[in-house]
Amino acid sequence: MSALQRFLLRWSMSLKVSALDRKLLRDVWRLKGQTLAISVVVAAGIALLVGTYGCLAALQASKDVFYERTSFADVWASVKRAPNSMHDKLAQIPGIATVETRIVADATLDIADMIDPARGRIISVKEGEIPLLNQFDLLAGRLVQYGRPNEILISDAFAKAHKLGLGDTLSANIYGKKRKLEIVGIALTPEYVYALAPGQIMPDDKRFGILWMGYEALSAAYDLEESFNSVTATLLHGAVEADVLQRLDILLKPYGGVGAYGRKDQISDFFLTNELAQLASSGAVAPPIFLGVAAFLLNIVISRLVATEREQIGLLKAFGYTDWDVGWQYTKLVAIVVGFGLALGLWGGVWFGQGMTSMYTTYFKFPVLEYRVNAGVFASAAIVTVIAGIIGGVSAVRQAIKLSPAVAMAPPVPTSFNKSKFSIWFERFHISQPTRMIFRHVTRWPLRTAMTVAGISFSVALLIASFFFMDSVGKVIQVYFYQAERQTLTVSFVEPRGAEVEESILRLPGVLATQPVRTVSARLRHGPYTKRSAVNGLVKSADMNRLLGADEKPLDPPDGGIALSEHIAKELHVQVGDMITVEVLQERRPVIEVPVTQVVKQYLGFSTYMHISELNRLMHEGPTVTGIHVLADSRYINDLYTKLKNTPMVAGVAQTEASLRGFQDTMDQTMYVMIGFYIAFSSLIAFGVAYNSARIALSERARSLASLRVLGFTRQEVAYILLGELGVQTLLALPVGCLFGYGLAYAMSPMLKTDMYDFPFIINDPTYGFSVMVVAIAAAICAVLVRRRVYNLDLISVLKTRE
Amino acid sequence: MQMTQTQRSQVAAPIETFRAEALTKVYPGETPVHALRGVDLEMYEGELAVLLGPSGSGKSTLLNILGGLDQPTAGHFYFRGRDVTKFDQEELTQYRRDNVGFVFQFYNLIPSLTARENVALVTEIAQHPMTPDEALQMVGLGHRLDHFPAQLSGGEQQRVAIARAIAKRPSVLLCDEPTGALDSKTGIVVLQAIVRANQELGTTTAVITHNAVMAAMADRVIRFADGNISSIERNTTKLKPEDLSW
Repeated sequence: MSALQRFLLRWSMSLKVSALDRKLLRDVWRLKGQTLAISVVVAAGIALLVGTYGCLAALQASKDVFYERTSFADVWASVKRAPNSMHDKLAQIPGIATVETRIVADATLDIADMIDPARGRIISVKEGEIPLLNQFDLLAGRLVQYGRPNEILISDAFAKAHKLGLGDTLSANIYGKKRKLEIVGIALTPEYVYALAPGQIMPDDKRFGILWMGYEALSAAYDLEESFNSVTATLLHGAVEADVLQRLDILLKPYGGVGAYGRKDQISDFFLTNELAQLASSGAVAPPIFLGVAAFLLNIVISRLVATEREQIGLLKAFGYTDWDVGWQYTKLVAIVVGFGLALGLWGGVWFGQGMTSMYTTYFKFPVLEYRVNAGVFASAAIVTVIAGIIGGVSAVRQAIKLSPAVAMAPPVPTSFNKSKFSIWFERFHISQPTRMIFRHVTRWPLRTAMTVAGISFSVALLIASFFFMDSVGKVIQVYFYQAERQTLTVSFVEPRGAEVEESILRLPGVLATQPVRTVSARLRHGPYTKRSAVNGLVKSADMNRLLGADEKPLDPPDGGIALSEHIAKELHVQVGDMITVEVLQERRPVIEVPVTQVVKQYLGFSTYMHISELNRLMHEGPTVTGIHVLADSRYINDLYTKLKNTPMVAGVAQTEASLRGFQDTMDQTMYVMIGFYIAFSSLIAFGVAYNSARIALSERARSLASLRVLGFTRQEVAYILLGELGVQTLLALPVGCLFGYGLAYAMSPMLKTDMYDFPFIINDPTYGFSVMVVAIAAAICAVLVRRRVYNLDLISVLKTRE
Repeated sequence: MQMTQTQRSQVAAPIETFRAEALTKVYPGETPVHALRGVDLEMYEGELAVLLGPSGSGKSTLLNILGGLDQPTAGHFYFRGRDVTKFDQEELTQYRRDNVGFVFQFYNLIPSLTARENVALVTEIAQHPMTPDEALQMVGLGHRLDHFPAQLSGGEQQRVAIARAIAKRPSVLLCDEPTGALDSKTGIVVLQAIVRANQELGTTTAVITHNAVMAAMADRVIRFADGNISSIERNTTKLKPEDLSW
């Protein structure tokens, strides 16, 4: 008896615990390995539930509070240039509560600690005032003042990424003029909680920052005096957003309006909402799986316990304990096991939730984002635990209740076996008796074997479904960065330029090749379906930015038609050959009908493509570009950056490698962390199922195995019989698990599709291999643990007692 | 004229199979239990001994030590001159595998194997075994070869256990209350099987029992009391099992 057991015994005596309860405590102690395995699986499910929903609640609360407090806008619109006098007309649109006009412009920034240029989004503010809508939190410093045109506020994340503080300066290339700007304040805005630069796929705090500048200074810099180019507004309660958007478009059309949009197309809110939805769906999928497995384990362990204790149960009933007294004992056993799992899971869930929440703080910039213990989440965790306990325990407890004392006390009839069709084979191939025992046990209880196989294969499946995310991400990276976007960088211009600009870029140091691109904002329409998208004009035989067909082979942009990303084609319900309406949302806003001539494969940043000269013709313009893709020699890249930073017409430089790095970092920090958790939890399931199965087999067959030892079988030979069964079950489970895994991954893959990403359903062979290996290792570890028990079988006491 | 092996052993000094010297077994605990208190005993080839005594007198403990299931706290036990008390776990397993056959009160058959397969379990790992069929013939179960334990009566199950014990032609057959769970008629059939194995294979046989009637079929009757041998009697005439009744 260990010191702990002695302590528990004394403690239970001092509490005047009934004999029955003492038996219960000892049962729990005796079965500690098995009950702990179940508790841990319960805990895994609860931890996922509490962590995920707690984090979701934290994000939701932070978002709601931040939006509410800062008057986050409901609608946005951009124009080329509209006079400030339009403001009042806009305010009169029915349904609009508050409207605010401002200037929003992009500039390249030259930061001392970085060679390549960063991109800045500059928003105008009235000097000395906080905006009416999308109010920022001033975290440090003060507002910009009238008459000091070089004062700016910068976003907190950008300041932190470059260790910029109050009084520091940075230089900006604003509309062709180099300006030295002084930081007077640090701010945080609801508009850029998720700060994604145009054309990028992941936020990059080092390369994209938000700046606020006084209206007078910014309007002067951009030749927008007494004018604005951006509108934001909040809506009255009950206003119909679509009506307001339509009226905005009509009013702003003469001023070069680029189409108004609501929150669902506002980049930051779009990502935030998407993330919340994804979190909610992953929180709804994983915990039930774990709790289901826990219920399953609970069922097999408690059922076997009742079966082995049938004599004791009979005795208790013979002594005068009621059926319910006995049932209650086993109910308490279930309660202890799941209760411990719940406690462990709540503790683990808080820890997991904190980790997850702090991970989100790196991507979503809120003033406060803290995981808080949430009573509602805890309560639902407790409820689902109770449900799992009931599902797992009810049949076993009922067995105990229904056992009649006379039946229970009679020795159990020896399990009967029948000669199966295998028997002939056994003889023919001279199969040894131990091997026959393994096969007869596996086939004698097909349901139990099937359950164990199902349990183990489920963990294989869960692993495959977790690893599959990595395969999918790997595929996206391979296609997007190595086949579709092969340029070193993309230069974008403040305004559309003549095609001759390509020549001047080509002459810059280190530039090996260039490829022009013309991008316009458009609304695509097909019957009742509409979609806002950029239309990109590409050249033929492009080497850098390429279209890929369904077979991932490069395609040329269509002649006289339009190519749609698969995702957009699906949303618009169109196929190759259908006609769609393209309403360009800028310049002269032409509207044309074009045939869809290609559907292209894209996993990231869905877009629409035409031949560049077609697009220019549509826009009634000569050869025009908005950007140039550049292939550069890495040896001269610093010179190239320096040149670009000082080139007036450049509004931004996007580096492919930086965005690949950003993408990979994000995956490492978010997805892979989550996947790591899932892998750990899946291994726990494999272990829990295999361990319980082997322990039950051991307790049922200790006598047989001890007899064999007495007959002169070595410990290894006896262990072979017991563990051979586990081995056969595991071997059966591995291929079944691979099949399940394929199905599970397939079922989960739509969860990964958003308006921004389309992670493909792809499972690489190593994923199957890894998953099988992890489970095989988990099974091997339990085999080693159980083998120790086989080695220590007490030969004498086992043989002296009747079963 | 040459003497047969059996004749020689009857005439010449009997060959010693076991010798126990001052065997002591103490089970430690808050109140240590002295199961054996210095037992000295020899057993001879082909001998059938019946060990009698009340519960707790030490006879099962002795049997466990003789069978290589347990080691004494003190003293020595020699099997054909080798000191078994110095054996490690592997050597004990090998000793059991090669030399000892066990029969228990509760049969301990493997439910998932047929009668023939239960015996084959042993013959597959033994050095000069008889076939499972021969062993089962010897205990009168030639007609029940392919039955699983659940399809056999208690007496039949015990006879399968005996067949399993003797199939390897062991030097020693140790039986712990082999008829304890059986009625007298079935018990006698089981005893017949044991006696037959003893006579035909020349196996040194020790039978533990509560049942004093069985003393009459032994070469020697060894009585136990309080962890030690209280008396040893030699029967001048042995009865056959079928002449016993209880």
